[in-house]
Amino acid sequence: MKFLEKSLVALDVEANTPEEAIRTAGMLLVEDHLVEETYIEAMVNSFKNNGPYFVLAPNIALPHARPDDGVNEACVSFIRLKKGIPFGHSMNDPVKLVFGLGASSSEEHLSILQRLIRLLESKCNVEKLLTSQSYEEIRNLIGGDLS
Amino acid sequence: MKILCVCGLGQGTSLILRMNTETVLRQLGIQADVENTDVSSAKGEKPDFILTSNELAQTLEGHPSKIIIVNNYFDLEEIKTALQTHLN
Repeated sequence: MKFLEKSLVALDVEANTPEEAIRTAGMLLVEDHLVEETYIEAMVNSFKNNGPYFVLAPNIALPHARPDDGVNEACVSFIRLKKGIPFGHSMNDPVKLVFGLGASSSEEHLSILQRLIRLLESKCNVEKLLTSQSYEEIRNLIGGDLS
Repeated sequence: MKILCVCGLGQGTSLILRMNTETVLRQLGIQADVENTDVSSAKGEKPDFILTSNELAQTLEGHPSKIIIVNNYFDLEEIKTALQTHLN
């Protein structure tokens, strides 16, 4: 499982469209060989076909696809956008925090979602994600036992 | 009572909603069978309640189950209020 490790986090990324933001979050996973490029295409297609339902909370999007779209290992990347952009969600736009989820079919999928819930159910953590100046500050929010 | 959490693919988003819904139901002391699935499969099912986003609720218009909309999937209070309003 790879959860928000340093190579999977990028702050103040420039993106003008939801598709660009999804691709950038996905590319962090591809570069670490955690998902295949086909997975990025599947994430973009899911957005095109199903709309912005994965904008789960104010500011927060969790683009993903299916395990069989090319996931090698359960993983989550994170990009913070320099400027919030509308994804077309009726309540939670604009999006500034994009978590790219590599959905696996293993047990790890559940534990990775639990870690994500633990991080994002705290409004205080979300506020810090919006304002952190460095990866180290974000690492403190995630807590230990990173493997 | 059966509750179905629904998202586009049935993989990530609906599972998060399901886990948070189970947490809230435990807090409320309510017993329910909670499952998650994708929006196309949901069309063929008849749970008592469907929990989903406003966006997908529109796709499910006309569905026989009672549809409950959740806007913030990480806000346990919102989920609690939504469930209490509809379950009582």
